[in-house]
Amino acid sequence: MFTVKILVPVKRVVDYKIQVRPADDGLGVALSGVKMSPNPFDENAIEESLRLKEAGIATEVTVVSFGSAVNHDVLRHGLAMGADRAILVETDQTLGSLGVAKLLKALAERETPGLILMGKQSIDEDAGQAPQMLAGLLNWPQATFASSVKVTGQEVEVVREVDGGMETLKLSLPAVISADLRLNSPRFVKLPNLMMAKKKPIETVSADELVPELETKLKTKFVGYPPARDPVRILNSVDELIEKLKSEAGVL
Amino acid sequence: MSILVIAEHDGNNLKVATRQTIAAAAQLGNDIHVLIAGDYLDNVVAQASKLEGVSKVLVAQAEHLAHALAEDAAALIVSVAASYSAILGGHSSFTRDILPRAAAQLDVGMVSDVVEIISPNSFKRPIYAGNLIATVDSEERIRVLTVRGSRFKSVDAIAGHAAEIKSLPVPVSSGKAKWVAETKGNSGRPELSTARVVVSGGRSLGSEEKFQHILNPLAETLGAAIGASRAAVDAGYAPNDTQVGQTGTLVAPDIYMAFGISGSIQHTAGIKDSKVIVAVNLDPDAPIFQVADYGLVADLFEVIPQLNNALVTEA
Repeated sequence: MFTVKILVPVKRVVDYKIQVRPADDGLGVALSGVKMSPNPFDENAIEESLRLKEAGIATEVTVVSFGSAVNHDVLRHGLAMGADRAILVETDQTLGSLGVAKLLKALAERETPGLILMGKQSIDEDAGQAPQMLAGLLNWPQATFASSVKVTGQEVEVVREVDGGMETLKLSLPAVISADLRLNSPRFVKLPNLMMAKKKPIETVSADELVPELETKLKTKFVGYPPARDPVRILNSVDELIEKLKSEAGVL
Repeated sequence: MSILVIAEHDGNNLKVATRQTIAAAAQLGNDIHVLIAGDYLDNVVAQASKLEGVSKVLVAQAEHLAHALAEDAAALIVSVAASYSAILGGHSSFTRDILPRAAAQLDVGMVSDVVEIISPNSFKRPIYAGNLIATVDSEERIRVLTVRGSRFKSVDAIAGHAAEIKSLPVPVSSGKAKWVAETKGNSGRPELSTARVVVSGGRSLGSEEKFQHILNPLAETLGAAIGASRAAVDAGYAPNDTQVGQTGTLVAPDIYMAFGISGSIQHTAGIKDSKVIVAVNLDPDAPIFQVADYGLVADLFEVIPQLNNALVTEA
C-alpha cells in the first residue's frame, strides 16, 4: 500500500475562551498572563493525521511550531494526542502568513511529507492564508476548508465547505489540505499521555537555517476595539417588535 | 498603475461581492480591470463591462477554468499580475482559496478581510474573530487584498458604459487537481452571505425536526435565508453551510434574527455588519443582547409563530 508521512503545523494562540484586549502601546494584543492553547483548527488537522496513521495510510505524523521554547506546550499537546515527532522552528520574528509558508516549504523539502495538513486559519490573526501560500510555493495541489479527507493510492479525495454548499475535489499527492471545524472532533489528551509526551524529545531548527533573512512587509500599526453598537432595547411584545422594525428601523 | 478585481460569478451572473469589490478598488485607483475566468462567460462579461468604474474586462475562457480550481486560477492571476499595483477579491470561499496561492507565487504578503481602506497602503481588518480591529500597512509592490463586501457600497451598471473587453491566453491546467462534484443546498432560498433577511436558530430549538418546523415558515414569509449557530450545527440540527460566524459564513443582512442563540464571540463577530439585529432568548443575560438592537426576553417557540402569523396576516 502507498503510505505517506504527514506534517502538521501547530500555532500557539490565545485560548478561544479568553476575551482579548489591545496592548497598552496599541501595537498588538495584551498577552501577559493570558492562557495560550493550540489553534483549534490545527487540532482538527492533527486529529485527521492520527486517524490516517491509525488507518495504516500515514507512517509518521510530525508536528511543527514556530516561535520560542514556550511553544513546547503546544508541541507536547500534539505528541500527547499521538504525533510521532515534534519540531520547533526557533524565531523571534513576526513571520506573517507568507513567512510561515516559506519556512514550511523549506521544512517540507527536508522532511519530504506526502501530505501537509493544517488548520484553515488561526483564531488570532484570522488571515486564512498560510496553507494556500504553502501549496503555491511548493506548486502542490491544495484543498481548503476540508470536512472530509479520503486517501486512496496516490490520490486524496477531499470534501470542502464552500459558500452555499460542499465541493468534492481529487488531488494527486503530495498535497496541502486545510482543515475546517467539522472534519472531526479532536481527541482529548489523557494525563498519562501528557506525562509521556514530556519525555519525548523536541527537535529544534533555527528559522535562519531554513530561510535566511525573512522579513514581512506587512506592518501592524494599531490594534483597537471596533466601534460599539447602540445598546439593545428590550421590547415587550411581538407587535412592538414589528412596529419598531417598520417605523424606526425601516427594514420591514 | 491599474487595479485588478477578480470576478466571482455562477456562470450566468456576476455576484454582488464583485460589484462591492469594484467599489473598494475605486478607493485605490481609477483604472480598474476585472478578470473573469471560467467557461461560457458571455453574460457575465457583458454585465461586468457595463459597471461603473470598470475600464477593462479581461476574459479567460477555458474548459479547465469552469470550476475555479485554485491551481489554475492562481496561475492565471500570476500571469497578468505584473501590470497591477493591487489585486482584490471579495472575502468569499472562492477568493480565499485562490488569492493567497497567487500572492505567494508573486512573493507578496496579503491582507485578508479588509473592512476599511485608509489609504492605498493602509487597511483596517478584524482580528480575534472581530473583537479587535488591526490597522495594517503594506509595503508590498503589489497589494493583494480580500475585502468584506458589506463594508463597500456596490457599484451599478451605467447606461452606455462599455469597458474594453480583452481575451487572455490561458495557462495550461496543472493537472494535479480534479473537480469531482458539488452540492449546493436550499433551493429557492437566497444565499446566506448575501440575503436581505437572515433567520437564525440556536441549540435551544432542540432537534433537527423542530429547527426546520419552527424556522421554515418564518423564513418563507420573510423570503429569508436560514442560518444557525455553531452549537446548532454541531448538534446536527442544521447543515454545515448554514453556520453563521467568523468561522462559518459572515452575513450582513438588513435584518438578522437570532432565535435561541446565546451569542458566542465568534458568532457575533460574523453578524456585526447587519443593519438591524433582533435577538429572542429566554436568558436576559445572554451575550447576544450586547450586539442586538432589539431584544425579546421570551420563548422562541411562542414568539416565532406569533411573528409569522402577524406578518402573514398583514401581507
